[in-house]
Amino acid sequence: MHKIALTVNGQTERATVPASMTLLELLREPLHLTGTKEGCGIGECGACTVLLDGVPVTACLVLAVEADGCEVRTIEGEAGNGELSALQKAFIDAGAVQCGFCTPGMVMSARALLERNPNPSDDEIVEAVAGNLCRCTGYEAILQAVRLAAGRLQAKDEAADLLNARGTGTESVGGGKPDGK
Amino acid sequence: MASELRYVGKPASRDDAIDKVTGAARYTHDLTVPGMLHAALVTSPHAFARIVRVDTSAADALPGVRAILTGNGLCYRLGLYLQDKCILARGVVRYQGEPVVAVAADTLDIAREACRLVEVEYEPLDPVLDPRDALEKGAPLVHPDLHTYAHMEGVYFPESGTNIAHHQKVRKGDVDAAFASADVTLTAKFYNPPVQHVPMETHAAIAQALPGGRAEIWTSSQSPYTVRHLMSVCFDVPHANIRVHVPYVGGGFGGKAGLHLEPLAYVLSKAAAGRPVKVVATREEEFNTLPSRQGLHSTVEIGADRDGTIVSLKATYVWDAGAYADYGVNVGRAAAYSGAGPYVVPNCWIDSYVVYTNKIFGTAYRGFGHLEVLWGIERAIDMMTRKLDMDPVEFRRANLLREGETTITGEPFTAGHGSPVECLDAVARAIDWGTPSQPPPEPHKVRGKGIAMLHKAPAMPTYTSCAVVIKLDEDGAADLLVSGVDYGQGTYTVLRQIAAEELKIPIEKVHVTWECDTAFSPYDWQTVASRFAYMGGNAIIEAAADCLRQIRDVAARALDVAPNEIVCDDGAAFVKGQPDRRIAYAQLALGYTFENGNSIGGPVIGHGRYIATGLTHLDPKTGQGLPAQYWTYGAHGVEVEVDTQTGEIEILDIATALDAGKVLNPKLCVGQIVGGVVQGLGSALWEGFQFDENGRFLNPAFVDYKIPTAKDLPKRSQQILLENPQPGGPYGARGIAEHPMISVPSAVGNALFDAVGIEFTTLPLSYERILLRIREESEGA
Repeated sequence: MHKIALTVNGQTERATVPASMTLLELLREPLHLTGTKEGCGIGECGACTVLLDGVPVTACLVLAVEADGCEVRTIEGEAGNGELSALQKAFIDAGAVQCGFCTPGMVMSARALLERNPNPSDDEIVEAVAGNLCRCTGYEAILQAVRLAAGRLQAKDEAADLLNARGTGTESVGGGKPDGK
Repeated sequence: MASELRYVGKPASRDDAIDKVTGAARYTHDLTVPGMLHAALVTSPHAFARIVRVDTSAADALPGVRAILTGNGLCYRLGLYLQDKCILARGVVRYQGEPVVAVAADTLDIAREACRLVEVEYEPLDPVLDPRDALEKGAPLVHPDLHTYAHMEGVYFPESGTNIAHHQKVRKGDVDAAFASADVTLTAKFYNPPVQHVPMETHAAIAQALPGGRAEIWTSSQSPYTVRHLMSVCFDVPHANIRVHVPYVGGGFGGKAGLHLEPLAYVLSKAAAGRPVKVVATREEEFNTLPSRQGLHSTVEIGADRDGTIVSLKATYVWDAGAYADYGVNVGRAAAYSGAGPYVVPNCWIDSYVVYTNKIFGTAYRGFGHLEVLWGIERAIDMMTRKLDMDPVEFRRANLLREGETTITGEPFTAGHGSPVECLDAVARAIDWGTPSQPPPEPHKVRGKGIAMLHKAPAMPTYTSCAVVIKLDEDGAADLLVSGVDYGQGTYTVLRQIAAEELKIPIEKVHVTWECDTAFSPYDWQTVASRFAYMGGNAIIEAAADCLRQIRDVAARALDVAPNEIVCDDGAAFVKGQPDRRIAYAQLALGYTFENGNSIGGPVIGHGRYIATGLTHLDPKTGQGLPAQYWTYGAHGVEVEVDTQTGEIEILDIATALDAGKVLNPKLCVGQIVGGVVQGLGSALWEGFQFDENGRFLNPAFVDYKIPTAKDLPKRSQQILLENPQPGGPYGARGIAEHPMISVPSAVGNALFDAVGIEFTTLPLSYERILLRIREESEGA
């Protein structure tokens, strides 16, 4: 048995695990994070995709001991403070969810893509989710959801930039708060 | 009905999506019951063998093992229509992958280790692998005791002393005379391999045996009440002894209808002193232990007159049922009465044989035999147009079912059936039929277009029924209780739309309980056959009317007017013409209380139901009768590009037209079509089981069995929904869930001929198959 400590969705978790335990088993069983699904157990379907230090991995092919000292993000960490993320909202709005079993893995693959490339091309989106199998949707709506989220995040960033720029501007003039109040 | 619809026909979003995008949705895979054990299976490495000896002593000795079962102690017979299956193999194994021994243990690792310690000695037998061989006299019998098996009498006709589990006949007119006098005749043979459903959640079940012959079951099933019924029959206990829960289900496509892992989990729990036992299929077991779509060998003969009129059609369908009948016998039945395509065929002769072999057994899969038979029919129709030198669209248009004609089982075709010809014309327009494809820039690539028709009716017993309950909450919201399962199709959202429309409340105030529970949810036969929105929708309309009747009665007494003076709208009951004299549903939902404290009425609970009406059993000798509550017609049009150097085929465009009767939710309808088309492309281009000469399954994993990925999409996918209303359908709607995949392979095959001039008759149309045929043809030339 091995003692490990890792960060899961911002929380420090400590566990004593056998060497053979996978990260997927660790998440689903002792940690009760069942949002991450097992579709094949041998790294072929992508349903168990999580982010390990920001990189998408199939959790069924990672040993729990390999995650010692790492930062893991799962679908349960996607909504911050009870608010759905832009990706989650886009999946709903685009009709990208049917049975939902592939959805957590899809969202995590898309999350990794948008973090390394906020403005992906269609080919880059396809490439990012090509390892995640879905039998219901025919993928179109999933690709559309990622485009939609990217677009909304870009627009939000631009708005934030604008706000920051204006804030700086007013500050330099009047030394007041942003928006000139 | 309101003149303007507020919710029906609108793109309402599904309310399950929030649970699914946050990981909160709990599937059977995710459930844990206190004290739960985990099970693993020893499966047969042979397609056909006698079990000589099973030694479980080493496994028994492993700490943490709580129960080990072999087939010997389990004298139960299972089967939907024909009771031919045991929970674990007894005496003989009939397919590679058949469960032989099951272990329940404290952990899955221990259960798997115990399975490795089990020794099974087999005496291999000569398997029968091709259903055509299995029909031969002297072929090995997969079920020598077939004559002793209980089955649904008068509907299915197993033939003792043979491998025939069912033989469905359709006879209409004088086929021999019509072929003799036809100007042009054509005979062609086709093949579809078995394929897998591939739900992303593999089959899973948890069962707990309780005292007094009771059981509680949690399962990834499409059919909670059918699980309950078949468990009750199998174990000879009253229905009320079995309680079935179905939480969120990760896809089904027909493969989770009927009964699968539930009885095994139950007998393991019994053997483990009532500890609950969870059985989850591995992906490999999903491929080679759980059932597949049946393979099909078709022979299609068509006779036509020079003017392009079909005069006769004869078809022989030989289904590869595999080791057990399951739904296969009903697939063979349904595909026979649909087995001439949506055409006027005055003289028709169909033999559909469902034949046992030593392979993985078949079951329902989206399309229920129609993709398979239409692969033959729609390809043969195209071949016929070449003999007649006619345009494939013109030829189809001339022969499609139309008012005044009858189907091959004698059902009159009416305007209420919808319009096959409008579907045909819609896809022809969508792919610019008649205009040749733009030549591709690379000289080694070619393009072509193809069209194919489709039709399907729900294949269900004549007495299929369902019920729903609507409960009003304290705040005037509504809870729908149903036991049809929404395993991704979106039906619950559609039912919420209908309930909101009928109850006159905002859709946000209509909720569906996402766990079916046979203890509380009212009866529904099964969630199959594209009939849940139709039947459940009708039941919701009736239940809502029941609620409104109760609301009006109480409001009338509260407002001191006659009930027929009360109008319901915007979540309130008010006096006709006097909208100020109103009472909100919230004040009526549990009963109304007057100012002085007197109360009347009581909690509002509405009940609605639906039963199939007017259907008849088919005549065993002729297949004549009324099998279908409604038909849904459609068509696909496809443009492909083929690389003649590599055999690669790309779908440039695929248009799908369905006559939905009424589109209840355009967003969900389009979602079903986009997804169904891609699933159909899987059957068309990639998917198929491969077996070695001993019947061993060669590709039970995603590396070797490819399903479409995000990289395999058509360049363009068009969805066209027609609305010729269905009499009796909710708001005029028909089912559309299975149809988007049905004739995708046929249309691709027809386009492939247009591109390369080769008639393909075997699926899948893999790059390898295409390339080899192109080479063969060029070497032959």
